[in-house]
Amino acid sequence: MASKVQEIAASHAAAELSVATISIDDIFHRYDEAIALNGVSFEVRPAELFALLGPNGSGKTTLFRILSTLMLPTAGRALIMGHDAAKDPNSLRRQIGVVFQAPSIDVKLSAYENLWHQGHLYGLHGAALNQRIDEMLGRVALADRAHDRAETFSGGMQRRLELAKGLLHHPSVLLLDEPTSGLDPGARRDLWQYLRILRDQERVSILVTSHLMEEAERCDRLAIMNQGKLVALGTPADLRHEIGGDIIVLDSPNPVTLASKIESRFAISAKVISRKVRIERENGHRFITDVVEAFPGEIDAVSVSKPTLEDVFIRRTGHRFWTEADQRFQEAADA
Amino acid sequence: MASESTSFPTSLTPSHSGLFLPAFSLWWREVVRFYRQKGRVIGVIASPVVFWLVIGSGFGTSFHAGDAAGQRHYLDYFYPGALVMIILFTSIFTMMSVIEDRKVGFLLSVLVAPVPRSAVVLGKVLGGTTLSTIQGIIFLVFAPWVGVHVGLGSFLLVLLTIFLISFALTALGFAIAWPMDSAQAFHAIVNLFLIPLWLVSGALFPVAGALGWLRLIMRINPLTYGTEALRGLLYPNSSSFALGSSLVALIAFAGLMFVLAFVMANRRTTRPAA
Repeated sequence: MASKVQEIAASHAAAELSVATISIDDIFHRYDEAIALNGVSFEVRPAELFALLGPNGSGKTTLFRILSTLMLPTAGRALIMGHDAAKDPNSLRRQIGVVFQAPSIDVKLSAYENLWHQGHLYGLHGAALNQRIDEMLGRVALADRAHDRAETFSGGMQRRLELAKGLLHHPSVLLLDEPTSGLDPGARRDLWQYLRILRDQERVSILVTSHLMEEAERCDRLAIMNQGKLVALGTPADLRHEIGGDIIVLDSPNPVTLASKIESRFAISAKVISRKVRIERENGHRFITDVVEAFPGEIDAVSVSKPTLEDVFIRRTGHRFWTEADQRFQEAADA
Repeated sequence: MASESTSFPTSLTPSHSGLFLPAFSLWWREVVRFYRQKGRVIGVIASPVVFWLVIGSGFGTSFHAGDAAGQRHYLDYFYPGALVMIILFTSIFTMMSVIEDRKVGFLLSVLVAPVPRSAVVLGKVLGGTTLSTIQGIIFLVFAPWVGVHVGLGSFLLVLLTIFLISFALTALGFAIAWPMDSAQAFHAIVNLFLIPLWLVSGALFPVAGALGWLRLIMRINPLTYGTEALRGLLYPNSSSFALGSSLVALIAFAGLMFVLAFVMANRRTTRPAA
């Protein structure tokens, strides 16, 4: 928590390069008995593409609600461009564009009318608004469909209109909640490409929540959340490097015994996760030959891979990102 | 952490984007959206006609023999009450859009905009008010058939009364719909409170003939002042209340309901808004 003196000193300091656009300071949140956020702190820098990665129930949606001023945190502070989400919501709202997971466009209105309405909510009107609408529709490639009702649009076109809606008032920070859910691979690729253009050309800070590892890989930095806590924070490359080496996974009819045998024989750490033995080690390809020769008949299958963000997650939490039930549910939802 | 969070230049203009532009836009959207849903438009035109003819004729013939109100036909007595019922249903149910807007992300996108909550309430409530006032006017087309011939002055006062009832009930509908997450729960509340409120508003039987305790309920029921104001304007000398006091009661009712809707919408809590 900052003291008053520090706050004043900070507010007088000239804008530095390292100034945070989003600053989350020790946020707690509780729904009745359940703790959704348990002391989360991190910062997002200017013109940064930042991912908030976590499985369902990790607290990322709760944090998104607090940042977008839809809900007050139980304790702690969230600032965007220096404005407190709890104390000065309207100043903060001016600075942010928000794209929710649920569609917010009115499908009974045309693309143009949706943006016209949105502009009025931000005090834009007249010729300036018209010009801005034309500009945004051109950017999201909907200019030729400007006067068609949004209900006639494909899923990808509707999502692009959502994005145009969120960006109409030139926000400094864009918040997106699971922006690619329900989109086909082509539309996903387009969206990510557009987010990068936005970051590079307009220097917008972008925070994206996602449950997809491969999406978080495309961001500049990411925060991984689990059960209301931040378990990792950094660039995708840094997080992967901390594992140092390869990931070796062994299938065995008796993984627990095998793991303890490996530990005593090679003096290394071997964990059992989802009924498979899992080892982090450099020069994995050489290690496999040793281990297979050492325990003939006890290993059914072997795999070696470079660490992924999921491996970072496993290392920090001791369990897999998705439980099997979650995985099936997610596949059904994505289908 | 705090030493890094330098403040950004703040402008001197108010942080929100004014009252009238957002309210106008929300009103506009409510009305345009309505006219683009053909089913709703047909319902609005057809339901007053069907409702008044079927229920009114049924009641009328059943009551005819022992008609104590001294009026020509029960349909005449029932006409202002039917008008209030039509306004009640349209006003309340237009605010189902609050629940729909919340289910999709539309309402959220309004709530994260720098719009004062009073503008959100004003825009949506005026949108619903416009629709139910129009429906009331459509029902007025039948007035000549029930022996109503009003001058321009009375007609304008009828419009004002319809507007006030619509505004008050739409704001009440907004306040009820705001915390709800399902249309079913909304229907339950409407059936439990609002239909009984209408039944004891002088719509079906006059205040003067009611039992003591019932008469008291009718007198504190704000809808009674709507029914009585309309009755007095449409059939001169048939209302037991003075027009002026009825209108004052309606204005107070509308103001109170607007404040209630604003208080509901202006709360910020530690619970999710969707």
